Amino acid sequence: MMWLSDDKLDHLRGIADTRYAFVKELGRGGMGTVYLAEDRELDRLIAIKVLNTPAATDDLRQRMIREAQIIARLEHPGIVPVHDTGTLPDGRIFYAMKYVRGSRLDEYAAQGASLNDRLRKFQSVCDAVAFAHAHGVIHRDLKPQNIMIGSFGEVLVLDWGVAKIKPQTNADERKSDSDLRSSAFICGNTLQGTVIGTHDYMSPEQARGEIEIDERADVYSLGVVLKSLLIGHKTSKATRAICLKAMAPEPENRYASASELSTDVGRLLDAEPVSAYRENALERTGRWVNKNRFLVLLVLAYLVMRIFLIFTSRH
Amino acid sequence: MSKPLLGIVLGAILGAIDGLTAWFTPAVRDQLGGIVVGSTIKGIIAGVAIGFFAKKFHSLPIGILFGVLVGAFLAFLVALMQGGYYLQIVLPGTVVGLIVGFATQRYGNTAAEARG
Repeated sequence: MMWLSDDKLDHLRGIADTRYAFVKELGRGGMGTVYLAEDRELDRLIAIKVLNTPAATDDLRQRMIREAQIIARLEHPGIVPVHDTGTLPDGRIFYAMKYVRGSRLDEYAAQGASLNDRLRKFQSVCDAVAFAHAHGVIHRDLKPQNIMIGSFGEVLVLDWGVAKIKPQTNADERKSDSDLRSSAFICGNTLQGTVIGTHDYMSPEQARGEIEIDERADVYSLGVVLKSLLIGHKTSKATRAICLKAMAPEPENRYASASELSTDVGRLLDAEPVSAYRENALERTGRWVNKNRFLVLLVLAYLVMRIFLIFTSRH
Repeated sequence: MSKPLLGIVLGAILGAIDGLTAWFTPAVRDQLGGIVVGSTIKGIIAGVAIGFFAKKFHSLPIGILFGVLVGAFLAFLVALMQGGYYLQIVLPGTVVGLIVGFATQRYGNTAAEARG
């Protein structure tokens, strides 16, 4: 028998009185807890994120609502959709979203996916992030644990809780900075209110607590995610160059956007030259031969046959 | 490059190379010019047929099969006219058809792609 804490029981009671029936806890973060729940009205399973405490500060409540709004405005196959938002009887804010069946990117990689499969999934992640960037949203906490691979191979970027909306005006910029300072996600070994994200995956400028970060901070995190996907695989110089360019310490030396990174990964998958690496003639030839193996094989077969015919016609 | 154009270009190049290899057969070396021209024309005809087939049917295996059949058939006609050298003419012609069939399906653009 498992004993539940009072805190957890409160959560369960809170959810039980709504349209959503609690099934189990999926994960817990600093701000909220994600549950698997059944939507009684639509008779389907959903994931529901509930603010951890009803006595939350206005900042925390605002941040939760803001997170739901950010996700809601990003309608993309690679971004988990929000279905509903509201307040539980005990005053805690929640939002309901699609329940993704599948595995996290790190688990998916550990299951022995081929390098090309990993790169394809990674490219889908880049596309989803590029979409968010195009809508002025920077994720700021990209890591394999925040990326889900669905049962049908679909890729979904989760946890937009610390995302930043790029301000349109100077006034917005000041407000955004102030909001960030007051609602920053706390990172284990860094100063409260200044560092946002997960240390191992964050860009140097994020780690320094700089507020003026842009899309290239996400590009850096994507580079680290890519690096984690390459572990245990023999990689080409071009693959490593993509990784290094994405993870360049200075933002100006990185890919300017996630879509640029996605394009380079796509070129790598298509055995085309990538912008991050200048190959020599030998490498270019090797790549071409590798890409056109069957044609090369046919031409070789033709030449062998020709030599055979010349030899037999002389004897 | 469109599939028919790719078929024509590849057919012509491979046909010409195919004809040039006759140089290695001393018995027909004095007819090399005629052989190269004939082989190039044969390659172009095969390329046109395979290229237009590839434009209509988007299937690698069927494209290769069609290339093999066209290449073999045209080479057989040439060998028939020559009255011999069946193996030396039909076998390379078949492989050339195979290569053109593969290349038009794999590398040729459809009309929409060619328009960009």
